[in-house]
Amino acid sequence: MSTKKRDTALIEVRGLTTVFHAENGAWPAVQDVSFVLRPGEVLGLVGESGSGKSVTGFSLVGLIDPPGEIVAGEIRYGGEDLRTLAPERLRALRGDRIAMIFQDPLMTLNPVLTIGEQMAEAILEHHDESRSGALARAAQALARVGISSPDARLKQYPHELSGGMRQRVAIAIAMLNGPDLIIADEPTTALDVTIQNQILHEVQKLARESGTALLWITHDLAVIAELADRIAVMYSGYIVETGPVDAIIDRPRHPYTAGLLASAATHAQPGERLRQIDGMAPRIDSRPSGCPFRTRCDRASPACAGAMPPPQGDETHLFRCHNPLPAGGTP
Amino acid sequence: MSAPLLELKGITRHFSAKRSLAEHILGAFGHASAQPKILRAVEGVDLEIRKGEVLGLVGESGCGKSTLARVATGILPPTAGSLAYAGRDVATLSRAQRLEYLLKVQMVFQDPYASLDPRMNVERIVGEALAVHKLAPRGDIAARVEKALTEVGLDPAYAKRYPHQFSGGQRQRIGIARALAVEPDLLVCDEPVSALDVSIQAQIVNLFLDIRAKRAMTYLFVSHDLGIVRHVSDRVAIMYLGRIVEIGPAQEVFSSPAHPYAAALIGAIPSLSRRKRSFEPIPGEMPSPLAPPSGCPFHPRCAHALPVCSERRPVLAPIAPGRQAACHLHAAEAAS
Repeated sequence: MSTKKRDTALIEVRGLTTVFHAENGAWPAVQDVSFVLRPGEVLGLVGESGSGKSVTGFSLVGLIDPPGEIVAGEIRYGGEDLRTLAPERLRALRGDRIAMIFQDPLMTLNPVLTIGEQMAEAILEHHDESRSGALARAAQALARVGISSPDARLKQYPHELSGGMRQRVAIAIAMLNGPDLIIADEPTTALDVTIQNQILHEVQKLARESGTALLWITHDLAVIAELADRIAVMYSGYIVETGPVDAIIDRPRHPYTAGLLASAATHAQPGERLRQIDGMAPRIDSRPSGCPFRTRCDRASPACAGAMPPPQGDETHLFRCHNPLPAGGTP
Repeated sequence: MSAPLLELKGITRHFSAKRSLAEHILGAFGHASAQPKILRAVEGVDLEIRKGEVLGLVGESGCGKSTLARVATGILPPTAGSLAYAGRDVATLSRAQRLEYLLKVQMVFQDPYASLDPRMNVERIVGEALAVHKLAPRGDIAARVEKALTEVGLDPAYAKRYPHQFSGGQRQRIGIARALAVEPDLLVCDEPVSALDVSIQAQIVNLFLDIRAKRAMTYLFVSHDLGIVRHVSDRVAIMYLGRIVEIGPAQEVFSSPAHPYAAALIGAIPSLSRRKRSFEPIPGEMPSPLAPPSGCPFHPRCAHALPVCSERRPVLAPIAPGRQAACHLHAAEAAS
């Protein structure tokens, strides 16, 4: 078992706001986002396209390029603020203590290097080790994500592998150095369920045995219900609700969370119409005033056009809503 | 039980894999490597789609489900086997009858971005088939387009707009309106909601259910999203490596799958009601359709494999009323 302390925060994000500058103004992709992640904990960051979940993940590791800019907030990691860290110090952390898995594995993989070369590089960049030792560890990591004949794969180039295989290589690279935190952005969305299971099996083991914390970014609530300890639901840049898995799935307070859950096919009799949220999420440059969900919300009142309400609720289960669902069970 | 609207018999579809540059050069010097490689996408599939039903077709990437769907629409000719539409062999149809079959079987594609011509406005996209095949007098086309757009929940005022002016969900509605405009009997939907956001998926699934209720539409619904297939399907067929391994009433197959692969696949479906699950992988990987294993294609990964499984390929055989599975375990049970 891990020797890392599981009760203290590994990473603490406070008031993170990331905007994208355009000719007609600065549009916030991430607004006033706060959360804490402890060692070995899995936080599911759930939202639809454009909700800001990926930009949140990118912001944590300093991967926001112009016209994007982090304009407010703190990202505390090991006593330092990642926002103000020197670039070389951040580079030393990335890929070693903090790893990232992208939806598209070709963002991780270098097309002109063999799998073995880039995996060895990922180890030797951060650790003093022999090349043969690094390659042996790389082969082990490939075997762990279910890749058969790993030694042969090490000699192949990314284009020789299928999409599912490439993603497993990217995940193996993220796990190579036994990081403290893995930020995974829709890592299994394009994969089949059985391969998804293989990968979830490995990351779950890593979280349980090595105390690696996971920030798992996805639109798939069912996967996150099975994997996560806590869930944060994003809509139009805000975390609109966050809390322990059971509270969010069984007793949601925010109408958007409740709507997403109710629209799941498992919540209806086969063949019956699903409960749907009408309309679609507003574009970043045409969000309504106040609560951005109010134009699709069946509980909206005049107050919702005013200001976005601050987080309320108890210590663990927070939501931002003027007219929350009653506590104690799904309606 | 109603008669089959579309019947597939012994459908096989092979593709010849492209030879690599090295193989071409060796070939040019007379060192050709024996035979060109054959990718066996679909192997001897029998399948009937009954009038008015929703038949779900599921399986993982590369199992041949999309190829089979394309064969069913007539877009892709099979390498072997035959199709019968409304009781008549498609190969023997006259030109006019064949055109009618092609129009009566319409397809809805996965990618609403790639499947709409960006240079055509919505009215032309939806009305094109009507105009080209002279299915409606020129003066009536605008009204038919308006009707189709209204049916899929789009404002007919958008008829003059172009695809890039719509969101993903709206584009998928345009694709559905295009299919409905020619009054089809069968919609073949290939991953129709996979590219959409969760809240939009529910809207499109509801649209399919509404169309079914209103038009008694028949569907072949192809998807890797097992939760949605379970929700919309009357019957479901599960494919592995080009073959159907199990078929039967959807609720029965999903609640008690008989084939070990079906059981593994269905067991892997994520569910909102399970928490802190211990994920267990299926050992091994899907073999390449270029070199399928001997015997049962699933035997190298199957926890229940018997010696016979690597020797003889099990055939799809009845295991319960309306249910079939291709597995030696069930044949052994039936015999004992």
